[in-house]
Amino acid sequence: MQLAGTLGSAQTAAGAGERVAYDYGVVRLFTIATVFWGVAAFLAGVYIALQLAFPVLNLDFEFTSFGRLRPLHTSAAVFAFGGNALFATSLYVVQRTCRAPLWGGPAAAEFLFWGYQLFIVMAATGYLLGITQGREYAEPEWYVDIWLTLVWVLYFAIFVGTIVRRSEPHIYVANWFYLAFIVTVAVLHLGNNLAVPVSLLGAKSYSVFSGVQDALTQWWYAHNAVGFFLTAGFLGIMYYFVPKRAERPIYSYRLSIVHFWSLIFLYIWAGPHHLHYTALPDWAQSLGMMFSVMLWMPSWGGMINGLMTLSGAWDKLRTDPVLRFMVAAVGFYGMSTFEGPVMSIKAVNALSHYTDWTVGHVHSGALGWVAFISFGAVYFLVPKLWGKRELWSLKLVSYHFWISTIGIVLYITAMWVSGIMQGLMWRAYDKLGFLQYSFAETVAAMHPYYVIRALGGVLFLLGALIMIYNLVKTVRAGEPAREEAPAPAPAAA
Amino acid sequence: MKFKHALLERNVVLLAIGIVVTIAIGGLVEIVPLHTIKSTIEPVQGVRPYTPLELAGRNIYMREGCYNCHSQMVRPFRDEVERYGHYSLAAESMYDHPFQWGSKRTGPDLARVGGKYSNEWHVAHFKDPRAVVPESIMPTYGFLARRDLAIKDIAAHLKALRAVGVPYTDDMVKNAAADLAAQADPEADTKGLTDRYPKAALGDFDGDPKRLTEMDAIIAYMQILGRMVDFKTVKPEQLRQ
Repeated sequence: MQLAGTLGSAQTAAGAGERVAYDYGVVRLFTIATVFWGVAAFLAGVYIALQLAFPVLNLDFEFTSFGRLRPLHTSAAVFAFGGNALFATSLYVVQRTCRAPLWGGPAAAEFLFWGYQLFIVMAATGYLLGITQGREYAEPEWYVDIWLTLVWVLYFAIFVGTIVRRSEPHIYVANWFYLAFIVTVAVLHLGNNLAVPVSLLGAKSYSVFSGVQDALTQWWYAHNAVGFFLTAGFLGIMYYFVPKRAERPIYSYRLSIVHFWSLIFLYIWAGPHHLHYTALPDWAQSLGMMFSVMLWMPSWGGMINGLMTLSGAWDKLRTDPVLRFMVAAVGFYGMSTFEGPVMSIKAVNALSHYTDWTVGHVHSGALGWVAFISFGAVYFLVPKLWGKRELWSLKLVSYHFWISTIGIVLYITAMWVSGIMQGLMWRAYDKLGFLQYSFAETVAAMHPYYVIRALGGVLFLLGALIMIYNLVKTVRAGEPAREEAPAPAPAAA
Repeated sequence: MKFKHALLERNVVLLAIGIVVTIAIGGLVEIVPLHTIKSTIEPVQGVRPYTPLELAGRNIYMREGCYNCHSQMVRPFRDEVERYGHYSLAAESMYDHPFQWGSKRTGPDLARVGGKYSNEWHVAHFKDPRAVVPESIMPTYGFLARRDLAIKDIAAHLKALRAVGVPYTDDMVKNAAADLAAQADPEADTKGLTDRYPKAALGDFDGDPKRLTEMDAIIAYMQILGRMVDFKTVKPEQLRQ
């Protein structure tokens, strides 16, 4: 396995049919971490969902209050689960599609792994202790931010270094998306975390920007954390794993090019739609809305490219639940990238903003798209990484798929109803011209939907536990694979 | 000369440069003018830096993640203005590092909560929200009243904020520790404090005049929210952004 170090130059790996000693060790580690943090994130999500339905679960204890656990849940889902999935898949894909082992060798890769896990643990313990910058999805304080910056530079070096030593002439599409994700997240992270620490020995800092400028910087960051962390990166997964699993080339190479550049250009403008009707000047709100609506086009271009890749292979959806996960993910991607532009229209946003509709929208993306495409990739990867012919049980994958899907449907429909209802209740007037509902009445009206949402979360968690069982069985008792033939890069490359 | 995309597909450096240029445009066009267009911040009177105690309270507000459920941004709609008060101005959060506008109202907006409820109400509500609002789903924060406000060097906080543009004067920095204690002490001489920080709520906040607790700080912060600008004196043309 560790031959990687001796395979110094790309030339060694270049000869047709010659084996490349890929570094799968670090991919295995990141895959395990993906599954581990996934369950942690789902568990935290279920718990805070139950807190909203039954506030006694805050336990009258500061470390278990919703306000501290909610960032723990969002960071665990986005950065720990999603992040590790991106590391695992990108480091696998970049090696396979470049036919080159990782630049820097296994030692650098392992440092990357433990460095990133340390980032997660530092951030998470900070939240529980109340150490936070108080900005959504960018809660970690300055010292954690600096550490993440160092880890990210190493990630960039390993990823780009591997591309540089590739033995394929072209850089495969999936790698463009991964590269855009790595580069843009670096820019966002640095731009949004500019802060002055109170003391070099203390955790507390104050952000450089204030008020309206700070708000737009933050939502430029946070919206593009969605755009580049949770979208571009995961599109990288789509562009490799869907064609591989379907054994079909990408539907349209030209569409990939148009999709890529228009997506990354348009996404970055969309942040102000989080600030409609706030004290942000109107011109910025209008720009944000306009670009958010335009963003619908490249998003669906990507969806079409993913779905149409199944041309001639649609029958596989009946027999292959792993492919079903990926295709359903692309479907959810299409749905939430339609819902997003709708919600970014100011008239709609006037109703939806500040309500659970936003929460539901995020989760149709996070559970339906991000988690499902990750599950598909993990189910694809584990047998390959541990030298097995196939998963232990495809039937359990199918159970996982349906249980999770029902969970998502419960979640997002409950949030649609509660969000739209609350928005309407806030603005309702009685016939004498007074506000019809007190705020407290709107909170009480949410209760049944919060219970249904929590139930949806429980089902999603249950599905993930089934996955763990299946993966452990695969590693422990799966039938070994025959000696692997040298794999060509995906057909479209 | 015809551009071929294959050029970018074969050169990772060009590809990376292409990405950086592509993603830089939108951010620059939207963010830079916010710093340069003067009318972004409305020219209204009254917005001042937080007192040391309000600042400490604000830091507790962030520590407990209150922004996860409460917005501080009233939108210019009839129902919001009737429910919460005048819609929020950019000027009102110009010294907020970071902003706390929020994105979700699991609980009500707090941008204008200052002065709406008594200190006693706030204490009872923080200790057990359901004792005063039966429908509430807010966590309990009784521990704030049990814990002394522990800030080692409040002046350092003011200095850090001054470094990022908040106009704390030397006088404010010098008196930071004294002001921190005086605001919640009914016995203290608060003349200097109110000169430095007009409209600061004074007196014992948490019902325990002997101790300076985290409850004192968070209520002092609650009681200033939305009260700095006197809207009776604001003219419509001042609000044009």
